[in-house]
Amino acid sequence: MPDTLLFAMEATLNGLTAGVMYALVALGFVLIFKASGIFNFAQGVMALFAALTLVGFQSGQIPFSHLINAIFGTRLHHFGWNMPTLLAIPATVAVMILLAILVERFILKHLINQEPIILFMATIGLAYFLEGVGDIMWGAEVKALDVGLPKGMSDTVDELTFNWFGYGFFIDRLEIWAAGIAAILVASLTIFSQYTKQGRALRAVADDHQAALSVGISLRFIWVLTWSIAGIVALVAGIMWGSKSGVQFSLSLIALKALPVLILGGFTSIPGAIVGGLIIGVGEKLFDFFMQPIVGGATENWFAYMLALVFLLFRPQGLFGEKIIERV
Amino acid sequence: MKMTKLAATVAATMMVSAPVLADTLHFPNLSYRTGPFAAGGIPFADGYADYFTLINERDGGIGGVPIRYTECETAYNTERGVECYQSVRGDSPLVLQPLSTGITYQLIPRTMEDGIPMHTMGYGRTSAVNGEVFNWTFNYPANYWDGASVIINYLLGENDGSLEDKKIVLLYHNSAYGREPIPTLTRLAERHGYELLTIGVDSPGQEQGSQWLQIRRERPDYVVMWGWGVMNPTAIQEAANIRFPMENFIGVWWSGSQQDVLPVGAGADGYKALAMHGTGMDYPIYDDLQQYVIEPGLYAGTGDEVGTVLYSRGMYAAMLAVEAAKVAQEIHGVANITPAMMRDGMANLEITEELMVELGLPNFGPAFSVACENHGGSGEAMIQQWDASAQEWNLITDWIAPDREMIMEMVMDDSLAFAAENDMTPACMN
Repeated sequence: MPDTLLFAMEATLNGLTAGVMYALVALGFVLIFKASGIFNFAQGVMALFAALTLVGFQSGQIPFSHLINAIFGTRLHHFGWNMPTLLAIPATVAVMILLAILVERFILKHLINQEPIILFMATIGLAYFLEGVGDIMWGAEVKALDVGLPKGMSDTVDELTFNWFGYGFFIDRLEIWAAGIAAILVASLTIFSQYTKQGRALRAVADDHQAALSVGISLRFIWVLTWSIAGIVALVAGIMWGSKSGVQFSLSLIALKALPVLILGGFTSIPGAIVGGLIIGVGEKLFDFFMQPIVGGATENWFAYMLALVFLLFRPQGLFGEKIIERV
Repeated sequence: MKMTKLAATVAATMMVSAPVLADTLHFPNLSYRTGPFAAGGIPFADGYADYFTLINERDGGIGGVPIRYTECETAYNTERGVECYQSVRGDSPLVLQPLSTGITYQLIPRTMEDGIPMHTMGYGRTSAVNGEVFNWTFNYPANYWDGASVIINYLLGENDGSLEDKKIVLLYHNSAYGREPIPTLTRLAERHGYELLTIGVDSPGQEQGSQWLQIRRERPDYVVMWGWGVMNPTAIQEAANIRFPMENFIGVWWSGSQQDVLPVGAGADGYKALAMHGTGMDYPIYDDLQQYVIEPGLYAGTGDEVGTVLYSRGMYAAMLAVEAAKVAQEIHGVANITPAMMRDGMANLEITEELMVELGLPNFGPAFSVACENHGGSGEAMIQQWDASAQEWNLITDWIAPDREMIMEMVMDDSLAFAAENDMTPACMN
């Protein structure tokens, strides 16, 4: 088999796993947009905040210690113990649920019946607020995140492909795990929305707010529920991306990777987020592989947007999005 | 009546406060403690601030005049950096330290016009070495082209003086900063016969899957990195993932701090980087910092960055600023110097090992002297290597000199082109 074909196959395989990482971020956007029509600009910052909180709990860091020290002249930094990961993750989930309650109580409740653009602007404000709070709460230094997930080249894939093709493919074991976790996440969300009372209520609100209200579904509860689930998805994305390159403020920029995925997959479809992520992942890796010798690389950031732009021309609602028909 | 009282109070306040402002030496810092590059900006700013605090607390200022230190947040954003410049330019800033090549490029013409010196230590426009063109910009003790040349000289030493048939990849931040070493490495490739492959990474650099797949395919002998922020730990992690030998992976001095290797853990063991100054806390100056700054709680930030690589760099930058201010006071015979006088101090700065010992920093930085023809110092750097088990950087070489003859040719070409573009006649100011 020619080397170019083998390398292209390796790039495709890596694109698929990278696409899953993008889809993990996009899922959070879809959940909130589907249930409330809000494009949550703060989703990337939520991933950062969740990861910061998880590392903070794991390392026994005292929240707001820098602020406390500055005001009271103390030298508090750590509680003196480390929290096991299995305990730190539920504790972080609790913080994300608390955040969802606060967002509903102090932002969404006051913006009922407002235009989508107003709600969007509110999430921009939330993003900046949360970034600042995360900084004051946990500090801005780079933090290593280790939840026990394996990292590095998969020997199994390497050996298997070497035996088949005479060239061992590289796949990061972390990304293989991410694919498995994303599959579990999507399956759980599907089971939750199809087979639980709250899930059905959530779907009812997504379909028609007014009708859902008329049958006694609490909109405020559904919003808390939706933002809580989005918070948990943000935590999963934060763990995956944080394990790759540490937890630091660039983590919030992963949201930029989700936008083209959403344009491709549609803002209201969970399968769309997965498929969109895979298309973007494979597309950008293959484009970079073939175009790097010509343009010198660094194509990943803009290629995803170019692809989304082309898609917008032909299918503005995305692959799986609902077609918007407005009669005049 | 009320207005009269108010006016009198304002006038009195101004009379009281004005002399205080005038009798201080203003050192502003265009810092970044927020945004995606905060992890690098914070320790540098802390080190810069703490050294000035030390001078105020221990020595009562410079030549008896207290230092006034201010910060303006740029978030490593060029537009905000220019806004910060606008906000400090009327407040007698003695020297600007923007810690961003992008901001530096924007400020060079502005500082030239306003007569404000700028120190871009190990970053910025490399050809600012030529003080006949860039009268107000200084980039001692080393610049990017020096760094690139030092790495190649180190690799020559490791390969019995020949890099013939070797393949070297430059993995660079796709920005003005990251592209700076390309001309030097290209010219050195022609001279030493190695193959150079340049691979860009878009900012901030969190996603480098394609780049490292390509590196794996190309099987280079060495990878040289020009990264900043999250690009560094991501690249080191990716290198560990593909099992690239870490001892053959060398970063510039902006890719060689604790923030770059700690998130990677054991995988970063053996990674190398340039060092333009010493590392660690085994220097007498830390005793003074402990006594006058840390213990009394006067430290900047959270105080937990003391002794890290970037903290040391900020402290070193402040030390060089203070020494230049002393030279300026000596030249002009006044303690309360102006930005123009500070420029003279910087242009006549001489750092000797005796002075470094006196300052509590023996063998911390290279000895160098500044002249109109050379605003760039000696250009020397060392190589440091990360020990993941001990979690510390170890210096593994002595000072390595760059190929200054070749670099000066490039400096002259670039700086004279700048002068021609801007209708300037190159000339020394002093």
